Amino acid sequence: MAEFVMPQLGADMSAGKLIQWRKNVGDRVQRGDIIADVETEKADIEVEVFSTGVIEKVLIQPGQKVPVGTIMAIIREEGKPAHAEIPEVPALSPEAAPPPRVPVRAVAPPTAPGMARIHISPVAKKLAADLGVDPASVSGTGPGGRITLEDVQRAAQAQAAKAAPPEELDRAARMRQVIGAAMARSKREIPHYYLSTTIDMSRALAWLASENLKHSVEDRLVYGVLLVKAVALALREFPELNGLFVGGNAVPKPDIHVGVAISLRGGGLVAPALHKTDQQSLGELMKSFRDLVQRARAGSLRSSELSDPTITVTSLGEQGVEAVFGVIYPPQVALVGFGKIVDRPWASEGQITVRSAVTATLSGDHRVSDGHRGGLFLAAIERLLQEPSRL
Amino acid sequence: MTRDEIRDGILRALAQIAPEADLSRIKPHLRLRDQLDIDSMDLLNFVIAVHKQFNIDIPEADYPQLATLDGFVDYIAKAQTRK
Repeated sequence: MAEFVMPQLGADMSAGKLIQWRKNVGDRVQRGDIIADVETEKADIEVEVFSTGVIEKVLIQPGQKVPVGTIMAIIREEGKPAHAEIPEVPALSPEAAPPPRVPVRAVAPPTAPGMARIHISPVAKKLAADLGVDPASVSGTGPGGRITLEDVQRAAQAQAAKAAPPEELDRAARMRQVIGAAMARSKREIPHYYLSTTIDMSRALAWLASENLKHSVEDRLVYGVLLVKAVALALREFPELNGLFVGGNAVPKPDIHVGVAISLRGGGLVAPALHKTDQQSLGELMKSFRDLVQRARAGSLRSSELSDPTITVTSLGEQGVEAVFGVIYPPQVALVGFGKIVDRPWASEGQITVRSAVTATLSGDHRVSDGHRGGLFLAAIERLLQEPSRL
Repeated sequence: MTRDEIRDGILRALAQIAPEADLSRIKPHLRLRDQLDIDSMDLLNFVIAVHKQFNIDIPEADYPQLATLDGFVDYIAKAQTRK
């Protein structure tokens, strides 16, 4: 049995609203299938499932907004018995709440000495722990005041309702609030250090122009793809910058999923992942990038794109600035920024020439890396961009 | 194909890229990028959509001619007579 829960799609998400189920009870689902559409402050997300099996039960109905971690459906995994320990979880509909039931296997939980005894079943207790609900704060509606799963879910919803931005704000205002909360957390928790270097882009741009002459419009590249690929390849040499900081520990990730910051019309931004960035060819990366930008701006992204990034790249070049020193998106540990490409006088081998140059910056998390390694990382990006045909 | 038909086709392509934009307010002689919040990736998606719709190739060197709606219509009209 597997639980399908409201996913956490980035540090700035606390709750999501189910728009619709794409699958029904009894349908087979495969890991990676899109199972539901969920509305968040930033976009409507196509949510993928992480188990393979048959949908046994659906616990949340379209229109309901539930906190991250809430069980939304139960999936019977292949090769496992049906109906194994499926808790009875009534759907949370305020007008038609069925009478609460006590799970059959209710066992008295261990209680700490001196604490008031709380009547709660193990499943409800586990759910409370998962959802960050303190059982002592929940009033039980089961027999003898026992706390049921429904009580826990209701308490979690109430908590989320308190924490979540009020509904009457429009989406842009709500998005500003959630971005603000995530960035405040970043600046509070992450000891940032910042580095900057200027990279000669002349060779890369000349190569790009000659490549694009050979291709029809659908296969042309933009220089941003070269930058993203160079970052991804450089990360192979500096794995500590590719990962997360979770629970007080650095967690380097084996796969490189570069999140690309995409500004949305009407304000705000998202930074979804280009999966396995280092393994895609420039042509493949260009197609994925174009598709991602179009879907991000249409407000239609997939859950894995929002939950998987292992680093973020932001390019503010087109807005006309020469450098951007970004705020790291927690729990990531690094962010690479690129400014606009400008022609500069460039001294090299005793000669001054005019070159096209871009300023690349790194915001790094000092709990995970230091300026020395960060500097070598930027130098690796620079080196890779001097041989564009090998990207 | 008349200029109006070409113009409608271009606006249809633009609506795919910037669905929230009020296309009736576009001034045809002003730069599209100044009137709509579009970046190079949007522009490329736009050109690709037009390329598919009218089945003409658009070399990168010609992009400056596509800066305004009027310019874009002229460009397509010329390309069609060449066919």
